[in-house]
Amino acid sequence: EEKRKETDKNISEAFEDLSKLMEKAKEMVELSRSIANKIKEKQGDITEDETIRFKSYLLSMGIANPVTRETHGSGTHYHMQLAKQLADMLLAPLQERGGMMALTEVYCLMNRARGMELLSPEDLVNACKMFESLKLPLRLRVFDSGVMVVQLQSHNEEEMIASALDNVSEKGSLTSEEFAKLLGLSVLLAKERLLLAEKMGHLCRDDSVEGLRFYPNLF
Amino acid sequence: MNFEWPWQYNFPPFFTLQPNVDTRQKQLAAWCSLVLSYCRHRRIYTLDVMEAQESPMFNHKKIERKLSVEAIQIVFEELRKKGNLEWIDKSKTRCLIMWRQPEEWGKLIYQWVSRNGMINSVFTLYELSNGEDTENEEFHGLEECMLLRSLQALQVESKAEIITMDEGKGVKFF
Repeated sequence: EEKRKETDKNISEAFEDLSKLMEKAKEMVELSRSIANKIKEKQGDITEDETIRFKSYLLSMGIANPVTRETHGSGTHYHMQLAKQLADMLLAPLQERGGMMALTEVYCLMNRARGMELLSPEDLVNACKMFESLKLPLRLRVFDSGVMVVQLQSHNEEEMIASALDNVSEKGSLTSEEFAKLLGLSVLLAKERLLLAEKMGHLCRDDSVEGLRFYPNLF
Repeated sequence: MNFEWPWQYNFPPFFTLQPNVDTRQKQLAAWCSLVLSYCRHRRIYTLDVMEAQESPMFNHKKIERKLSVEAIQIVFEELRKKGNLEWIDKSKTRCLIMWRQPEEWGKLIYQWVSRNGMINSVFTLYELSNGEDTENEEFHGLEECMLLRSLQALQVESKAEIITMDEGKGVKFF
Protein backbone atom coordinates (compact mmCIF):
# COMPACT_ATOMS: atom_id res chain seq x y z
CA GLU A 1 0.00 0.00 0.00
CA GLU A 2 2.79 2.30 1.02
CA LYS A 3 4.68 1.50 -2.16
CA ARG A 4 1.67 2.17 -4.36
CA LYS A 5 1.21 5.59 -2.80
CA GLU A 6 4.85 6.35 -3.51
CA THR A 7 4.50 5.53 -7.22
CA ASP A 8 1.29 7.52 -7.44
CA LYS A 9 3.07 10.52 -6.06
CA ASN A 10 5.97 10.06 -8.46
CA ILE A 11 3.68 9.83 -11.44
CA SER A 12 1.62 12.88 -10.56
CA GLU A 13 4.81 14.83 -9.92
CA ALA A 14 6.14 13.82 -13.32
CA PHE A 15 2.95 14.96 -15.00
CA GLU A 16 2.99 18.23 -13.14
CA ASP A 17 6.53 18.83 -14.34
CA LEU A 18 5.51 17.91 -17.83
CA SER A 19 2.73 20.45 -17.94
CA LYS A 20 5.08 23.07 -16.57
CA LEU A 21 7.55 22.19 -19.27
CA MET A 22 4.85 22.53 -21.89
CA GLU A 23 4.00 25.94 -20.59
CA LYS A 24 7.60 26.98 -20.99
CA ALA A 25 7.59 25.59 -24.51
CA LYS A 26 4.46 27.55 -25.25
CA GLU A 27 6.25 30.72 -24.25
CA MET A 28 9.05 29.79 -26.60
CA VAL A 29 6.60 29.22 -29.41
CA GLU A 30 5.02 32.60 -28.86
CA LEU A 31 8.40 34.28 -28.68
CA SER A 32 9.55 32.62 -31.87
CA ARG A 33 6.40 33.67 -33.64
CA SER A 34 6.95 37.31 -32.75
CA ILE A 35 10.56 37.01 -33.88
CA ALA A 36 9.40 35.52 -37.16
CA ASN A 37 7.09 38.50 -37.64
CA LYS A 38 9.92 40.88 -36.90
CA ILE A 39 12.10 39.13 -39.44
CA LYS A 40 9.39 39.56 -41.99
CA GLU A 41 9.05 43.27 -41.24
CA LYS A 42 12.73 44.02 -41.23
CA GLN A 43 13.66 42.01 -44.24
CA GLY A 44 17.23 42.82 -45.14
CA ASP A 45 18.11 44.21 -41.72
CA ILE A 46 18.93 40.77 -40.46
CA THR A 47 21.77 38.82 -41.98
CA GLU A 48 21.33 35.49 -43.70
CA ASP A 49 23.37 33.85 -40.96
CA GLU A 50 21.01 35.09 -38.27
CA THR A 51 17.92 33.66 -39.93
CA ILE A 52 19.69 30.35 -40.33
CA ARG A 53 20.53 30.31 -36.64
CA PHE A 54 16.95 31.16 -35.84
CA LYS A 55 15.88 28.22 -37.92
CA SER A 56 18.05 25.81 -36.02
CA TYR A 57 16.44 27.07 -32.80
CA LEU A 58 13.01 26.40 -34.22
CA LEU A 59 14.13 22.99 -35.32
CA SER A 60 15.41 21.98 -31.92
CA MET A 61 12.02 22.88 -30.45
CA GLY A 62 10.20 20.99 -33.16
CA ILE A 63 8.12 23.90 -34.33
CA ALA A 64 7.36 23.90 -37.99
CA ASN A 65 6.95 27.41 -39.26
CA PRO A 66 7.09 26.85 -42.99
CA VAL A 67 5.85 30.22 -44.27
CA THR A 68 8.42 32.34 -42.53
CA ARG A 69 11.08 29.64 -42.63
CA GLU A 70 10.82 29.02 -46.33
CA THR A 71 10.89 32.73 -47.08
CA HIS A 72 14.20 33.24 -45.31
CA GLY A 73 16.76 30.77 -46.60
CA SER A 74 15.66 27.41 -47.90
CA GLY A 75 16.50 25.04 -45.06
CA THR A 76 18.86 24.55 -42.19
CA HIS A 77 22.45 23.64 -41.53
CA TYR A 78 21.27 20.40 -40.01
CA HIS A 79 19.45 19.36 -43.16
CA MET A 80 22.41 20.37 -45.27
CA GLN A 81 24.77 18.18 -43.29
CA LEU A 82 22.25 15.37 -43.40
CA ALA A 83 21.91 15.70 -47.16
CA LYS A 84 25.67 15.33 -47.55
CA GLN A 85 25.67 12.25 -45.37
CA LEU A 86 22.77 10.74 -47.30
CA ALA A 87 24.60 11.29 -50.54
CA ASP A 88 27.64 9.40 -49.25
CA MET A 89 25.65 6.53 -47.85
CA LEU A 90 23.13 6.06 -50.64
CA LEU A 91 25.44 6.08 -53.62
CA ALA A 92 26.30 2.38 -53.49
CA PRO A 93 22.82 1.03 -52.62
CA LEU A 94 21.32 3.16 -55.39
CA GLN A 95 23.70 1.84 -57.98
CA GLU A 96 22.87 -1.66 -56.83
CA ARG A 97 19.15 -1.02 -57.34
CA GLY A 98 19.33 0.48 -60.80
CA GLY A 99 19.59 4.12 -59.77
CA MET A 100 16.27 4.60 -58.03
CA MET A 101 14.79 3.97 -54.59
CA ALA A 102 11.44 4.85 -53.04
CA LEU A 103 11.80 7.32 -50.19
CA THR A 104 10.25 4.85 -47.72
CA GLU A 105 12.96 2.38 -48.66
CA VAL A 106 15.62 5.01 -48.07
CA TYR A 107 14.06 5.79 -44.71
CA CYS A 108 14.26 2.16 -43.60
CA LEU A 109 17.80 1.80 -44.86
CA MET A 110 19.03 4.93 -43.09
CA ASN A 111 17.35 4.33 -39.75
CA ARG A 112 18.39 0.70 -39.63
CA ALA A 113 21.96 1.75 -40.26
CA ARG A 114 21.87 4.51 -37.65
CA GLY A 115 20.44 2.50 -34.80
CA MET A 116 20.41 5.48 -32.42
CA GLU A 117 19.68 9.12 -33.21
CA LEU A 118 17.01 8.16 -35.73
CA LEU A 119 15.72 10.37 -38.49
CA SER A 120 12.19 11.66 -38.61
CA PRO A 121 10.44 11.28 -41.97
CA GLU A 122 10.26 15.05 -42.18
CA ASP A 123 14.01 15.48 -41.69
CA LEU A 124 14.65 12.97 -44.44
CA VAL A 125 12.36 14.74 -46.90
CA ASN A 126 13.84 18.11 -46.02
CA ALA A 127 17.38 16.84 -46.44
CA CYS A 128 16.51 15.27 -49.78
CA LYS A 129 15.06 18.57 -50.96
CA MET A 130 18.53 20.09 -50.63
CA PHE A 131 20.33 17.65 -52.93
CA GLU A 132 19.99 19.94 -55.88
CA SER A 133 21.10 23.20 -54.28
CA LEU A 134 24.10 21.43 -52.73
CA LYS A 135 25.06 20.02 -56.13
CA LEU A 136 25.07 16.47 -54.80
CA PRO A 137 24.79 13.63 -57.32
CA LEU A 138 21.33 12.62 -56.01
CA ARG A 139 17.86 13.98 -56.74
CA LEU A 140 14.52 13.83 -55.02
CA ARG A 141 11.75 13.18 -57.49
CA VAL A 142 7.99 13.33 -56.98
CA PHE A 143 5.87 11.31 -59.38
CA ASP A 144 2.40 12.44 -60.45
CA SER A 145 0.94 9.87 -58.10
CA GLY A 146 2.69 11.58 -55.17
CA VAL A 147 5.24 8.80 -54.70
CA MET A 148 8.65 10.22 -53.80
CA VAL A 149 11.87 8.58 -54.88
CA VAL A 150 15.58 9.29 -54.61
CA GLN A 151 17.45 8.78 -57.83
CA LEU A 152 20.99 9.21 -59.08
CA GLN A 153 21.49 12.39 -61.04
CA SER A 154 23.10 10.36 -63.79
CA HIS A 155 19.97 8.23 -63.97
CA ASN A 156 18.83 8.37 -67.56
CA GLU A 157 15.10 8.57 -67.86
CA GLU A 158 14.82 8.08 -71.60
CA GLU A 159 17.01 5.03 -71.48
CA MET A 160 14.88 3.66 -68.67
CA ILE A 161 11.66 4.20 -70.63
CA ALA A 162 13.18 2.69 -73.75
CA SER A 163 14.23 -0.40 -71.84
CA ALA A 164 10.76 -0.66 -70.29
CA LEU A 165 9.31 -0.58 -73.79
CA ASP A 166 11.76 -3.27 -74.88
CA ASN A 167 10.75 -5.48 -71.98
CA VAL A 168 7.06 -5.05 -72.65
CA SER A 169 7.46 -5.65 -76.39
CA GLU A 170 9.42 -8.81 -75.75
CA LYS A 171 6.70 -10.28 -73.53
CA GLY A 172 3.79 -8.89 -75.53
CA SER A 173 2.28 -7.30 -72.47
CA LEU A 174 3.10 -6.96 -68.77
CA THR A 175 1.47 -6.08 -65.48
CA SER A 176 3.49 -4.00 -63.04
CA GLU A 177 3.98 -7.09 -60.85
CA GLU A 178 5.44 -9.09 -63.74
CA PHE A 179 7.62 -6.17 -64.72
CA ALA A 180 8.85 -5.80 -61.13
CA LYS A 181 9.79 -9.48 -61.00
CA LEU A 182 11.55 -9.25 -64.34
CA LEU A 183 13.73 -6.31 -63.29
CA GLY A 184 14.04 -7.17 -59.61
CA LEU A 185 12.46 -3.86 -58.67
CA SER A 186 9.76 -3.04 -56.15
CA VAL A 187 6.24 -3.17 -57.59
CA LEU A 188 5.77 0.48 -56.71
CA LEU A 189 8.75 1.64 -58.76
CA ALA A 190 7.94 -0.75 -61.59
CA LYS A 191 4.47 0.72 -61.84
CA GLU A 192 5.81 4.29 -61.85
CA ARG A 193 8.14 3.36 -64.68
CA LEU A 194 5.33 1.87 -66.74
CA LEU A 195 3.09 4.86 -66.06
CA LEU A 196 5.88 7.19 -67.12
CA ALA A 197 6.34 5.27 -70.36
CA GLU A 198 2.60 5.48 -70.88
CA LYS A 199 2.65 9.21 -70.29
CA MET A 200 5.37 9.56 -72.94
CA GLY A 201 3.14 7.63 -75.34
CA HIS A 202 5.29 4.49 -75.58
CA LEU A 203 2.84 2.18 -73.82
CA CYS A 204 -0.90 1.87 -73.56
CA ARG A 205 -3.07 0.09 -71.03
CA ASP A 206 -5.59 -2.73 -70.95
CA ASP A 207 -7.69 -2.46 -67.81
CA SER A 208 -9.84 -5.56 -67.34
CA VAL A 209 -10.96 -8.00 -64.67
CA GLU A 210 -7.60 -9.73 -65.12
CA GLY A 211 -5.81 -6.60 -63.93
CA LEU A 212 -4.01 -3.65 -65.43
CA ARG A 213 -1.71 -4.72 -68.27
CA PHE A 214 0.59 -2.58 -70.33
CA TYR A 215 1.07 -3.06 -74.07
CA PRO A 216 3.34 -1.35 -76.57
CA ASN A 217 1.45 1.62 -77.96
CA LEU A 218 0.42 0.42 -81.40
CA PHE A 219 -2.11 3.21 -81.91
CA MET B 1 -20.00 -4.11 -99.09
CA ASN B 2 -17.03 -5.88 -97.59
CA PHE B 3 -16.33 -5.51 -93.95
CA GLU B 4 -13.23 -6.48 -92.05
CA TRP B 5 -12.55 -5.95 -88.39
CA PRO B 6 -9.65 -3.48 -88.03
CA TRP B 7 -6.47 -4.76 -86.34
CA GLN B 8 -7.29 -2.68 -83.25
CA TYR B 9 -10.31 -4.91 -82.63
CA ASN B 10 -8.00 -7.75 -81.58
CA PHE B 11 -5.78 -5.47 -79.48
CA PRO B 12 -7.03 -5.60 -75.86
CA PRO B 13 -6.03 -2.00 -74.93
CA PHE B 14 -8.47 -0.84 -77.62
CA PHE B 15 -11.24 -1.62 -75.12
CA THR B 16 -9.79 0.54 -72.32
CA LEU B 17 -10.09 4.29 -72.64
CA GLN B 18 -6.47 5.48 -72.80
CA PRO B 19 -5.40 8.17 -70.31
CA ASN B 20 -2.70 9.54 -72.60
CA VAL B 21 -4.28 12.35 -74.62
CA ASP B 22 -2.51 11.64 -77.92
CA THR B 23 -3.10 7.92 -77.66
CA ARG B 24 -6.73 8.47 -76.77
CA GLN B 25 -7.27 10.63 -79.83
CA LYS B 26 -5.97 7.90 -82.12
CA GLN B 27 -8.02 5.34 -80.25
CA LEU B 28 -11.23 7.37 -80.59
CA ALA B 29 -10.59 7.96 -84.28
CA ALA B 30 -10.25 4.20 -84.78
CA TRP B 31 -13.46 3.61 -82.84
CA CYS B 32 -15.36 6.15 -84.92
CA SER B 33 -14.31 4.56 -88.18
CA LEU B 34 -15.10 1.08 -86.83
CA VAL B 35 -18.61 2.10 -85.72
CA LEU B 36 -19.35 3.77 -89.05
CA SER B 37 -18.11 0.91 -91.22
CA TYR B 38 -19.81 -1.71 -89.06
CA CYS B 39 -23.17 0.10 -89.14
CA ARG B 40 -22.81 0.59 -92.86
CA HIS B 41 -22.09 -3.11 -93.34
CA ARG B 42 -25.00 -4.24 -91.17
CA ARG B 43 -27.23 -1.40 -92.37
CA ILE B 44 -27.85 -0.06 -88.89
CA TYR B 45 -29.49 3.34 -88.77
CA THR B 46 -30.22 3.80 -85.09
CA LEU B 47 -28.27 2.77 -82.02
CA ASP B 48 -29.27 2.37 -78.42
CA VAL B 49 -26.49 3.04 -75.91
CA MET B 50 -27.51 0.16 -73.65
CA GLU B 51 -28.00 -2.33 -76.44
CA ALA B 52 -24.86 -1.24 -78.21
CA GLN B 53 -22.71 -2.69 -75.47
CA GLU B 54 -23.96 -6.18 -76.31
CA SER B 55 -23.38 -5.77 -80.03
CA PRO B 56 -20.24 -7.47 -81.38
CA MET B 57 -19.04 -4.00 -82.29
CA PHE B 58 -18.30 -3.08 -78.67
CA ASN B 59 -18.13 -6.56 -77.20
CA HIS B 60 -15.35 -8.83 -78.40
CA LYS B 61 -16.25 -12.19 -76.87
CA LYS B 62 -13.19 -14.03 -78.09
CA ILE B 63 -10.72 -11.83 -76.24
CA GLU B 64 -13.25 -11.16 -73.46
CA ARG B 65 -13.13 -7.42 -73.70
CA LYS B 66 -15.92 -4.92 -73.98
CA LEU B 67 -16.05 -1.19 -74.07
CA SER B 68 -17.63 0.34 -70.97
CA VAL B 69 -20.85 2.33 -71.30
CA GLU B 70 -18.99 5.51 -70.33
CA ALA B 71 -16.45 4.92 -73.08
CA ILE B 72 -19.21 4.17 -75.60
CA GLN B 73 -20.77 7.49 -74.71
CA ILE B 74 -17.46 9.23 -75.34
CA VAL B 75 -17.15 7.51 -78.73
CA PHE B 76 -20.71 8.56 -79.58
CA GLU B 77 -20.01 12.11 -78.53
CA GLU B 78 -16.95 12.10 -80.81
CA LEU B 79 -19.11 10.86 -83.68
CA ARG B 80 -21.62 13.60 -82.95
CA LYS B 81 -18.89 16.21 -83.15
CA LYS B 82 -17.93 14.86 -86.55
CA GLY B 83 -21.54 15.10 -87.70
CA ASN B 84 -22.14 11.38 -88.03
CA LEU B 85 -24.49 11.03 -85.12
CA GLU B 86 -27.59 12.74 -83.80
CA TRP B 87 -29.37 12.08 -80.52
CA ILE B 88 -33.03 11.19 -80.94
CA ASP B 89 -34.01 11.82 -77.33
CA LYS B 90 -32.83 14.37 -74.82
CA SER B 91 -31.66 11.79 -72.31
CA LYS B 92 -29.17 10.52 -74.91
CA THR B 93 -30.14 6.87 -74.95
CA ARG B 94 -30.90 6.47 -78.66
CA CYS B 95 -29.26 8.03 -81.63
CA LEU B 96 -29.26 8.19 -85.39
CA ILE B 97 -26.02 6.93 -86.83
CA MET B 98 -25.30 8.64 -90.09
CA TRP B 99 -22.64 6.74 -91.98
CA ARG B 100 -24.17 8.56 -94.92
CA GLN B 101 -25.47 12.11 -94.52
CA PRO B 102 -29.22 12.77 -95.15
CA GLU B 103 -28.21 14.93 -98.13
CA GLU B 104 -26.40 11.99 -99.72
CA TRP B 105 -29.36 9.69 -99.15
CA GLY B 106 -31.62 12.31 -100.69
CA LYS B 107 -29.38 12.46 -103.74
CA LEU B 108 -29.49 8.67 -104.12
CA ILE B 109 -33.27 8.60 -103.86
CA TYR B 110 -33.68 11.46 -106.30
CA GLN B 111 -31.34 9.77 -108.76
CA TRP B 112 -33.45 6.62 -108.65
CA VAL B 113 -36.66 8.55 -109.08
CA SER B 114 -35.41 10.46 -112.10
CA ARG B 115 -33.76 7.37 -113.64
CA ASN B 116 -37.10 5.65 -113.63
CA GLY B 117 -38.97 8.65 -115.00
CA MET B 118 -41.17 8.95 -112.00
CA ILE B 119 -40.70 12.59 -111.28
CA ASN B 120 -43.98 14.29 -110.49
CA SER B 121 -45.40 11.15 -108.99
CA VAL B 122 -46.32 10.53 -105.38
CA PHE B 123 -44.85 7.81 -103.18
CA THR B 124 -45.64 6.67 -99.69
CA LEU B 125 -42.63 6.53 -97.41
CA TYR B 126 -43.17 2.83 -96.90
CA GLU B 127 -43.14 2.25 -100.64
CA LEU B 128 -39.80 4.02 -100.98
CA SER B 129 -37.99 2.09 -98.31
CA ASN B 130 -39.78 -1.26 -98.42
CA GLY B 131 -41.50 -1.45 -101.80
CA GLU B 132 -40.59 -4.05 -104.45
CA ASP B 133 -39.38 -1.45 -106.92
CA THR B 134 -36.56 -0.27 -104.69
CA GLU B 135 -35.41 -3.71 -103.61
CA ASN B 136 -32.02 -3.44 -105.29
CA GLU B 137 -31.38 0.13 -104.26
CA GLU B 138 -29.03 1.11 -101.50
CA PHE B 139 -31.71 3.00 -99.68
CA HIS B 140 -33.94 -0.07 -99.45
CA GLY B 141 -34.71 -0.72 -95.80
CA LEU B 142 -33.79 2.80 -94.70
CA GLU B 143 -35.46 3.60 -91.42
CA GLU B 144 -38.32 6.08 -91.57
CA CYS B 145 -36.59 8.53 -89.28
CA MET B 146 -33.58 8.73 -91.59
CA LEU B 147 -35.72 8.63 -94.74
CA LEU B 148 -37.68 11.62 -93.54
CA ARG B 149 -34.47 13.52 -92.87
CA SER B 150 -33.22 12.82 -96.40
CA LEU B 151 -36.51 13.89 -97.97
CA GLN B 152 -36.44 17.05 -95.91
CA ALA B 153 -33.02 17.74 -97.35
CA LEU B 154 -34.49 17.32 -100.86
CA GLN B 155 -37.37 19.58 -99.90
CA VAL B 156 -34.93 22.33 -99.06
CA GLU B 157 -33.58 22.02 -102.62
CA SER B 158 -37.18 22.16 -103.92
CA LYS B 159 -36.84 18.68 -105.39
CA ALA B 160 -39.54 17.12 -103.25
CA GLU B 161 -42.46 17.92 -101.07
CA ILE B 162 -43.54 15.88 -98.10
CA ILE B 163 -47.29 15.43 -97.86
CA THR B 164 -49.25 14.12 -94.95
CA MET B 165 -51.66 11.42 -96.06
CA ASP B 166 -54.41 9.55 -94.26
CA GLU B 167 -52.15 6.86 -92.94
CA GLY B 168 -48.73 8.30 -92.53
CA LYS B 169 -46.66 10.38 -94.87
CA GLY B 170 -45.99 10.56 -98.57
CA VAL B 171 -43.73 12.49 -100.88
CA LYS B 172 -43.95 14.05 -104.30
CA PHE B 173 -40.82 14.60 -106.38
CA PHE B 174 -40.27 17.50 -108.76
